[in-house]
Amino acid sequence: MELTEAIILSVLAASTPLLLAATGELVAERSGVLNLGVEGMMIVGAACGFGGAWLTGSIIIGALCGMFAGVLMSLLFAAMALGLAVNQVATGLALTIFGVGLSGLIGARFVGERITPAPHLHIPYVSDIPLIGRVLFGEDGFVYLSLALVVAVWWFLYRMRAGLILRACGDNHVSAHALGYPVLKIRMYAVMFGGACAGLAGAYLPLAYTPFFIPGMTAGRGWIALALTVFASWLPGRLVIGAYLFGAVTILQLHAQGAGIGIPSQFMSSLPYLATVIVLVLLSRARTGGSTAPAALGTVFVPDR
Amino acid sequence: MNRNLLGAAAALLIAGSLTSSAVAADKLKVGFIYLGPVGDLGWTYQHELARQALVKELGDKIETTFLENVPEGPDAERAVEQLVRAGNKLIFTTSFGYMDPTLKVAKKYPNVHFEHCSGYKRDNNMATYSARWYQGRYIQGEIAAKMSKAGVLGYIGSFPIPEVVSGINATMIGAQTINPNIKVKIIWVNSWFDPGKEADAAKALLDQGADIIMQHTDSPAAMQIASERGKLAFGQDSEMIKFGPKSQLTSILDTWAPYYIERVKAELDGTWKSGDVWGGLETKMFEMAPYTNMPDDVKKMAEGTQAAITAGKLHPFKCPVVGQDGKEVECKGGDHLEDSQILGMNFYVKGIDDKLPGK
Repeated sequence: MELTEAIILSVLAASTPLLLAATGELVAERSGVLNLGVEGMMIVGAACGFGGAWLTGSIIIGALCGMFAGVLMSLLFAAMALGLAVNQVATGLALTIFGVGLSGLIGARFVGERITPAPHLHIPYVSDIPLIGRVLFGEDGFVYLSLALVVAVWWFLYRMRAGLILRACGDNHVSAHALGYPVLKIRMYAVMFGGACAGLAGAYLPLAYTPFFIPGMTAGRGWIALALTVFASWLPGRLVIGAYLFGAVTILQLHAQGAGIGIPSQFMSSLPYLATVIVLVLLSRARTGGSTAPAALGTVFVPDR
Repeated sequence: MNRNLLGAAAALLIAGSLTSSAVAADKLKVGFIYLGPVGDLGWTYQHELARQALVKELGDKIETTFLENVPEGPDAERAVEQLVRAGNKLIFTTSFGYMDPTLKVAKKYPNVHFEHCSGYKRDNNMATYSARWYQGRYIQGEIAAKMSKAGVLGYIGSFPIPEVVSGINATMIGAQTINPNIKVKIIWVNSWFDPGKEADAAKALLDQGADIIMQHTDSPAAMQIASERGKLAFGQDSEMIKFGPKSQLTSILDTWAPYYIERVKAELDGTWKSGDVWGGLETKMFEMAPYTNMPDDVKKMAEGTQAAITAGKLHPFKCPVVGQDGKEVECKGGDHLEDSQILGMNFYVKGIDDKLPGK
């Protein structure tokens, strides 16, 4: 029982940054923009988030700094990929390389410092119920925020007119433009939202997960978030399942090793990725209508007037 | 065009990571290639500390340059060559994966001297150096066995390579001298550096009943988790007491400074010669951080063991070494295992229940 609870708590913590970053990327991709710079925005968010929290002593200010840094990074991307219509793939990759370097520069001052991590929720009595108490009512705020964010994004995309317009831009930017919608402006907002989420996801690492900053501490989580949006076939609900599945496989393989279950660790480390491939195959087989990707994803749009 | 953009970005990064001090014509130029950022608080950080000590000691006679974040593999060759072209006469390449690139450049420039860390290929102008960390692991094993209430140690491994495996074995041999029934749980994270995953591994080990955390990965994440849970742990490469003031028992500290100073002095005197140095406590190639968070008798024991190893009276791999299969390992080095057996170690010793990956 105790072990089950411990495993679930670890899974929640491991999945949260993936879910946050993937939610932001999902919105950006739904508007038709493929931003491969998630890793770069995350790591800059981690550096600025830690910096903010360390200087002010406030986790919330740290989280805001991380989000703000992510937005600034995404604006750089927007200026290139939307404003100047540069190839999105190249710009996104460059943003990641740039972000890794920049975060090292920003974070150099904070290396070796430590902060008090984000507090865990504690409701008297309720949080003390075995298993469900700790799991449902005893996590740090980021965990609940990430889930609320997914619900909000779902509501926005499928229940609000603005969400419908955003999806229209992602599926057919020419038609959306012809109908008079400012495609580039809408895409810029979507990219900025993606940046804020990636920045927050990055900030989660030094603020709650491992409360210190080290260059390169995102260690590829941005790329996993990118894979998750594909895994989820651009649907917010599946994103939650995917993120927790990824987190669960990662944590369970560590526990399996500790328990001495004789499966090669290299194989188990690759399990989450194997799971992605299998799900992708299943999804594409189950559908007859072809790809579920936004039709205009990754294409450059230049308004003709 | 896309490729140009990427290339430009990469060039910018490389240019940005190049730092150099003021130029003087007759000073000896010494170059360093680092794997990680200088602020990684582990492996690269310790090399950087040694470089700073070198500058402090011989700063009036030398000028140093370093390139950080240089990936292992073919790219490293360009970085090494860049240092040669910039006029560096002695170049330290500080990671195992720089072995072949360094050798290639060394063959091209016979008048430049190279020092490669932790590899096994050498040339007339390319020396190698490394440290006998397993000595420190043996001491840690003894301490761990004394301090563990559960009798279960948690070990976070990076990759199942001989250096890491010999560390696990030395730990267990040391621990068994105190508690013959000691158990170890091993988790491989298949990465040198992933703070999140290292933290998750530490949590998993503690959740499964281990009460001492040992690691062969580079970040202080595991130490921080141990601290959070009020458990004990050992640091790695670097002083990590800041992340676990009430948790760190000791830490193996890479201290490259004496070696770097000695080699640069030799270069200045014109007496530099290629060779292989595999130093341990006896040559201060590494040190043990202060023994903290343990009772005096344990501390005394650890200091005693350290003194015995330093004096050459105790060898962690003294024969007989019994493998997992219960058979004695051939004793090639007289009364202890030969260096080559330690450098190529690919078996677990008796008492480890786990299976070595790939075996």
